Amino acid sequence: MTKSASAEQAEQVEGVEVGEARISIPGMSEEGENLATAHEETEHTHGGLGESTTKAQSGGSRADRTTSLSVADFAVPTGREEEWRFSPLKKLGRVLSDAATQTPVTIELRKSAEGVTHGELALAQSPRGTVFSAADRAAVVGYSQSAQADYIKVAADTELTEPVFIDITGEAAGHRANAHIVLEAEAHSKVVFVLEHRGSADANLNVEVIVRDGADVTVVSLQRWDGDAIHVGQQDAEIGRDAKYKHVSITLGGEVVRLNSNVRYAAEGGEASMYGLYFADAGQHLEHRSFVDHNSPRNSSNVLYKGALQGQDARTVWVGDVLIRKAAEGTDSYEKNQNLILTDGARADSIPNLEIETGLIEGAGHASSTGRFDENHLFYLMARGIPEKEARQLVVRGFLNEIVQAIGVDSIEDTIHQDLENELEIAGF
Amino acid sequence: MSTLEIKDLHVSIETEQGVKEILKGVTLTINSGEIHAIMGPNGSGKSTLASTIAGHPRYNVTSGTITMDGENVLDMAVDERARAGLFLAMQYPVEVPGVTMTNFLRTAKTAIDGEAPKLRTWAKDVRSAMEKLKIDADFANRNVNEGFSGGEKKRVEILQLELFKPKFAVLDETDSGLDIDALRVVSDGVNRAQESNDMGTLLITHYTRILNYIKPDYVHVFVDGRVAEQGGPELADELEANGYDRFLAPAQA
Repeated sequence: MTKSASAEQAEQVEGVEVGEARISIPGMSEEGENLATAHEETEHTHGGLGESTTKAQSGGSRADRTTSLSVADFAVPTGREEEWRFSPLKKLGRVLSDAATQTPVTIELRKSAEGVTHGELALAQSPRGTVFSAADRAAVVGYSQSAQADYIKVAADTELTEPVFIDITGEAAGHRANAHIVLEAEAHSKVVFVLEHRGSADANLNVEVIVRDGADVTVVSLQRWDGDAIHVGQQDAEIGRDAKYKHVSITLGGEVVRLNSNVRYAAEGGEASMYGLYFADAGQHLEHRSFVDHNSPRNSSNVLYKGALQGQDARTVWVGDVLIRKAAEGTDSYEKNQNLILTDGARADSIPNLEIETGLIEGAGHASSTGRFDENHLFYLMARGIPEKEARQLVVRGFLNEIVQAIGVDSIEDTIHQDLENELEIAGF
Repeated sequence: MSTLEIKDLHVSIETEQGVKEILKGVTLTINSGEIHAIMGPNGSGKSTLASTIAGHPRYNVTSGTITMDGENVLDMAVDERARAGLFLAMQYPVEVPGVTMTNFLRTAKTAIDGEAPKLRTWAKDVRSAMEKLKIDADFANRNVNEGFSGGEKKRVEILQLELFKPKFAVLDETDSGLDIDALRVVSDGVNRAQESNDMGTLLITHYTRILNYIKPDYVHVFVDGRVAEQGGPELADELEANGYDRFLAPAQA
């Protein structure tokens, strides 16, 4: 582990370093288990029969975290809480208060499709709140301040060939907007939901995804906000028996974006894939937290988040929690985060947390790396005659492309490629 | 007719224990159309020679020269060497995430030739070269080396050798980890490239097995960073029978 050369006097709370003087890239942060220095990837696999490892980090077990739909259960954070210590609370203050919407975001289905309905759900109206349970202050105030939720349902056995685009548009920068969206895929339906966020707002937007038995659901959350948007959100899913759920979070725009993507299982045979791609420019804070709760046996999960950073004070955070509970025998899980630092002045934190409460699992691994270009990739391409500049372009596009490829919808992939080209132009890649 | 000339090459690397000299004066001349086998025990510096010719930044040339037709290879960047006609088939080909084989092959071919290959003939060339090497057509859409088995990676190296048509190829333990069928397929590929391009080849190997398929004109035995002995193909037969003991004994005495 390397400390930042300019490390200032570290601020400490109960012996743990906090604040901006914490260990920073290029050695990156020391929190969590088994983190890498630049260019190195740590890879770590647990599993096989008979091994039992339990890991609890400084914040305690993820299993002990409060979840609730009652605002009274969550105090306004001070910044010392495990789940808030990386976040810019000054800028987030406006979305953490228990305040009503000033100017709502518009939420529209781009096209109607057979088997898809769009309605509303009041606060206590099922299935609203059956999957979602707020895990922090932001989520709970957003939830309770959204009197009516948008409810988009795909009927049983419907197989949609076109994605269901849901346009979420912020109409007034600096104006508080709360919203809650319930996505339900009934049994054996197949659907790709694309939540496309544009415009600007102080947005507190939660999503709950109900994946019924045998359904195959992809949720792509595209953050294409204007530069002054603030966005906090919790996107929860519960996966039914033998169902598949893929969540892809792509964050390019916004001043501060902090998304929690959570998954748990209703039964057995579920498959979760959680992908993320973020590209932070100067002054942007992009934070992604994923939590896979292996609460029942014989389910699998795979988490891969990748980020690129460029410019002064470009800031990203990834915290990936995986909890394999005592009951979750036969679990197979893996999580990985990789960050590519394109210029000086940027900082990425990457924290994989893996807790395993049973030895009877198929596998559980995690990996994390943060650094500049992988010299081995460059060497390989250059050894085939490709000039260095072009080799770097290929490597950085390839790095980002891995997530774009995972979306599996050509029309979306094309527009994201174009966005990434625009981002890469900034630092001259 | 081209000549790759290595003269009194000394190469060191930085290790945690300090600078370590690996090559201690290597001299070799390879002409177009010739196959030179470099054989030697593990740790004798064979792979260091291969990586140094390709220009891997880890290897530091402290003295000596490498020239190709009189041009100073050591002055060239890694990509310039490749464009000048040098090719290294790597022992451990690197996985490049997110870059498809198709994109990679076309980009490299364009860089080496200085112009984009003609779309129609290129696609056909790639397909037929892949067929000959028994590489599944679906590999073209996969990312460079990603998830390929050891044998698949080696075949893809030889695929590039056939498509890029270098003047000189260095094959760094291309035979290691191959079963007998794969070894034959890969060897056929090298022989095709050799014949069609009048290529000079430096075949680095630990085992004599591959020499049953690729017939060397010269054999050099590498021990402790130097060429300890050289001769014709008969030297390989002797190594097959007696191993490297004869060469190692004096070093230990």
